[in-house]
Amino acid sequence: MKNLLKTSLGFILGLSAALLLSFFAGENPVRIFIILVNSAFGSMYDLGLTLGYTTPLIFCGLSVAVAFHAGLFNIGAEGQLVVATATAAWVGVMFPNVPFILAPILATLAGLCAGAAWGAVAGWLRAYRGSHEVIVTIMLNFIAAGLVSWLVLNVIPNPNSQNPETAMVASQYQLKDYDLIARLFPDTPANFSFVVAVVLALLVWIFLWRTTWGFELRAVGYNPEAARRAGISEKKIRILAMTLAGAVAGFVALSEVVGSAGQYRIGFSPDYGFIGIAVALLAQNNPLGIVVSAFLMAALHKGASDLDLETSTITRDFSRIIQALIILGVCAQGYWQWIQNRRGKSK
Amino acid sequence: MIFDWWIFPLLFAALRMATPLIFAGMGGMFSERSGVVNVALEGFMLTGAFTGAILAQQTHSEWIGWFSAFGAGVIIAALYACFVIELKADQIVTGTALNLLAAGIAPFITKIIYNSTGSTPNLEMENRFEIFPLVMALVVAAFATLLLRRSKWGLWISFAGENPEALATAGISVRKVRWLSVLTSGGLAAWGGASLSLYLASSYSPMMTGGRGFMALAALIFGKWKPIPTLLACLFFGLADAVQIRLQGVSWGGYVIPVQFVQILPYLLTIVALAGFIGHSRAPKALGQSLNEK
Repeated sequence: MKNLLKTSLGFILGLSAALLLSFFAGENPVRIFIILVNSAFGSMYDLGLTLGYTTPLIFCGLSVAVAFHAGLFNIGAEGQLVVATATAAWVGVMFPNVPFILAPILATLAGLCAGAAWGAVAGWLRAYRGSHEVIVTIMLNFIAAGLVSWLVLNVIPNPNSQNPETAMVASQYQLKDYDLIARLFPDTPANFSFVVAVVLALLVWIFLWRTTWGFELRAVGYNPEAARRAGISEKKIRILAMTLAGAVAGFVALSEVVGSAGQYRIGFSPDYGFIGIAVALLAQNNPLGIVVSAFLMAALHKGASDLDLETSTITRDFSRIIQALIILGVCAQGYWQWIQNRRGKSK
Repeated sequence: MIFDWWIFPLLFAALRMATPLIFAGMGGMFSERSGVVNVALEGFMLTGAFTGAILAQQTHSEWIGWFSAFGAGVIIAALYACFVIELKADQIVTGTALNLLAAGIAPFITKIIYNSTGSTPNLEMENRFEIFPLVMALVVAAFATLLLRRSKWGLWISFAGENPEALATAGISVRKVRWLSVLTSGGLAAWGGASLSLYLASSYSPMMTGGRGFMALAALIFGKWKPIPTLLACLFFGLADAVQIRLQGVSWGGYVIPVQFVQILPYLLTIVALAGFIGHSRAPKALGQSLNEK
């Protein structure tokens, strides 16, 4: 409870600091805040877009959290989701004759495998070669972007468009006809995968706190030395954690290809993988909390995207500043202690 | 023959491309040798690239751009030091947040000044550096080598990273040593960024650092946190970058290698270097640990 209070205060501090910055652009912070809220929840359409952002952010937040519980920092969710989504789109374009119900499952599984493999590379390198996962996953992000841009532009480009995007997947790969959430929010990317994301959060929670592997994973993250003495293989757990993290980030393929767009568009992700770090941190890596924090971060992101229209000097990039300051506000829990020390000294 | 039009230009290109890495690598070395992990190098570089380009463009003086880049680097590094040293925030998480912040602040400011969120306007030709940053990078590397190996300060920095308790016992404030080291790393990494925008290119463009801060970290690990091996690692990565540019559009038996495959070469090499050599590399003992002194 106390933690929740501190985290919320960190969130508010970070958000306020970001809003105050808008003074420099000659804007009124209160007005910016109202724009953010209105644009995130103002109408069913806005809410649909916010939900559309929420789903991938839940996946990415879970991905970061799973790795974090094993003591690993996964900045590679971005690369993992890019590879997964592109793979799913590739399957959908290359195999147009797969019958319905099998098709979306096939595309999603292919995406999950690609994401898992991308994560596993970083896990293996960390476990067996000691290469720091932060540097490796960043490099893998760049490599993923390069390979996927080749795939999209040279292998399966969209013949009907000049945009950097793949051709559309065959229609039976999509679930639009059966998608109640998509019907509730017409013309927005919101879709059934939001429910999948919430269920996945529950499953990740069960995995981490109710299974042996989950226990071992947390043990390695909490105290590697003690875990080793208890006979837990640190190497196996590191690879497992990164593979799972990659697979979880890979679920973005489901929301993007099967659920909404039906193709891979270069730049479709506004750095979901990085916002996922803020999401996980805000929820203190609790899978159920991630559902809530993903929604909050999605709302801020959606809100910021309307700043382009509503103000003359602040753009959608403002959401990066908000995210960064929120991470800082939440991660610097040391200021409580610092304030206490100050008080102690002055007495 | 082949030397004149192939090898020499390539080696010179390698030196040029290595310049930002050398600055960032040396900066990272100060911070990490003193015990503070520095994932924020990328953000420091971006800050430097951005500040340098804007001020050089506004004042028509590359020198004002160059030195204000250093100042801006020191300022953002002070923010980093404040969070990780004073508030004991997680170093990697804070570093990542600062990278995001730098990437967000740049378009925020360009929008106010130039009413655009893309690149800054091009510098005039005479406001670009000819070769100065490259020379300066080598001078900084030499100076860092001397400082770390031969001076009292170098000894203090190493102790802050290896055995902070011993340093504290000797009556030296570990906090101050780490603060100064992180500030130095900010200024140097920002020069790395400024050499991108004022020397290799002629303007700031969004995300122009392209992971070079992380490559510099890899070079640091590859170089075992020692100045000369780190310098060599930076030169190696610079060579990879130069080869990459040279290979774009080259055809091999009538088949043009896709440009994307060529572009990922430096990133692949970074991973290979990390995977192949880390076994022999040892980080400073107290790297990443925050202080418990009062």
